[in-house]
Amino acid sequence: MFPAAFDYESPASLEEALGLLAKHGDAAKVMAGGQSLIPLLKLRFAQPSLLVDIGRLKGLSGVARHNGSLKIGALTRHVDIERSKDLGGAWAIFPEAAHWISDPLVRNQGTIGGSVCHADPSGDWGSIMLALDAELVVRSTKGERVIPAANFFQGPFTTALRPDEILTEIRIASSSKHAAGAYNKLERRVGDFATVAVCVQVELDGGGKVSKAGIGLTSVGPTNLKATAAEKALVGREPTDAVIAEVAKLAAAAAEPKDDVRGSAEFKKDVVRVFVQRGLKTAVARAKEVR
Amino acid sequence: MNSKSPNLVGLARKVAMTVNGAERGGDVEPRVLLVDFLRTNLRETGTHVGCDTTSCGACTVLLDGEPVKSCTLLAVQVNGRSITTVEGLAQGGTLSPIQAGFHEEHGLQCGFCTPGMMLVGTALLKRNPHPTEDDIRWAISGNICRCTGYMNIVKSIQYAAKATAEAAAKPPVGVGAAAGGE
Repeated sequence: MFPAAFDYESPASLEEALGLLAKHGDAAKVMAGGQSLIPLLKLRFAQPSLLVDIGRLKGLSGVARHNGSLKIGALTRHVDIERSKDLGGAWAIFPEAAHWISDPLVRNQGTIGGSVCHADPSGDWGSIMLALDAELVVRSTKGERVIPAANFFQGPFTTALRPDEILTEIRIASSSKHAAGAYNKLERRVGDFATVAVCVQVELDGGGKVSKAGIGLTSVGPTNLKATAAEKALVGREPTDAVIAEVAKLAAAAAEPKDDVRGSAEFKKDVVRVFVQRGLKTAVARAKEVR
Repeated sequence: MNSKSPNLVGLARKVAMTVNGAERGGDVEPRVLLVDFLRTNLRETGTHVGCDTTSCGACTVLLDGEPVKSCTLLAVQVNGRSITTVEGLAQGGTLSPIQAGFHEEHGLQCGFCTPGMMLVGTALLKRNPHPTEDDIRWAISGNICRCTGYMNIVKSIQYAAKATAEAAAKPPVGVGAAAGGE
């Protein structure tokens, strides 16, 4: 298989890349690592007339922690997150989730920004973005804007990103030290799309009650979903087994899975329930361990 | 919209890359995949096309030392970078430790997945010279063996790890005298 013909530019700077997008609009397509886009090009689901390869741009990759908050460059590869020494404690959800993305070869080339912008509802990063209330920093020739993750994912493979914009950075607001998460994923084999996956992240106050909760669901809706009602039901309460069971049921109710080769909708909803329950128990235990 | 005539979209351009230590290049359309460039333009056919859908790893090559799927990379994307294919493993007619391992431990049956498995194993041992069995199984998890010969593939990589560690601890007699070249 090979893609339909396109022109190719490998700009040397972000400004040059943004200029190309301003000029060509939606006839152009941005490529980072290409691990989602190239398969689409080969299937000819995507047929841009210009491919703008930002994979070589400097300064858009890497992880930085500052006063408890976190910044991840859009071109940071999955493997760099998986092996990052800077992502422990409250941010350990990142390497844990990265380890589940596709397979090791894809993780060597694919990027977090590319994956988020691809917005596949069975992509893993979307759930982490939603659970952690990430802010997505995007640039165009007109300037910069910041899009909350909750407003970013608009439909299958559809985001709030305009054709002339490039995602440059992912920011997560500061977190207390008593925070932790868990990512659980059911897949038929390594590299398959998730049957179901769930990201949870909790923050505990001094008294052991949940001060902040995030729950993101993968592969059970038209986009990654934020289980808002379940999150609200957890905040301000002590995460006892009974509370966690109640929250897990609310999250399952928020899932909108479809019957397919990977399982029935009913089955997937129950996997959401189990994974929220399992994930929250793990996350709470980890949050208590964090010094 | 693009102002060019559709017939002129995607004209060939020059690419240059290091393949197994040699400078190689050619004219390619931007849409040409790295695996097709290697096989068709450079006639390096050790890199196989299996599923062609990013699933099987038969097309694995090392890009700047790290395994990637060459069916999911454009040749233009690796312009100026360094590629290692299975043809680059043996040095001067001597099998690399991984190749010796696959030979000794019967690490291949039909052989179709073998180039990818050996390259993944090579990259693994470079990063992690003493992998556990679990490390090895994770490392090869993006590579499918249709013969299901995983047991011996794992053993082959273990053999290479052991052989490399032993060679490092005790250089074989006569190596110093024979190592005349680079």
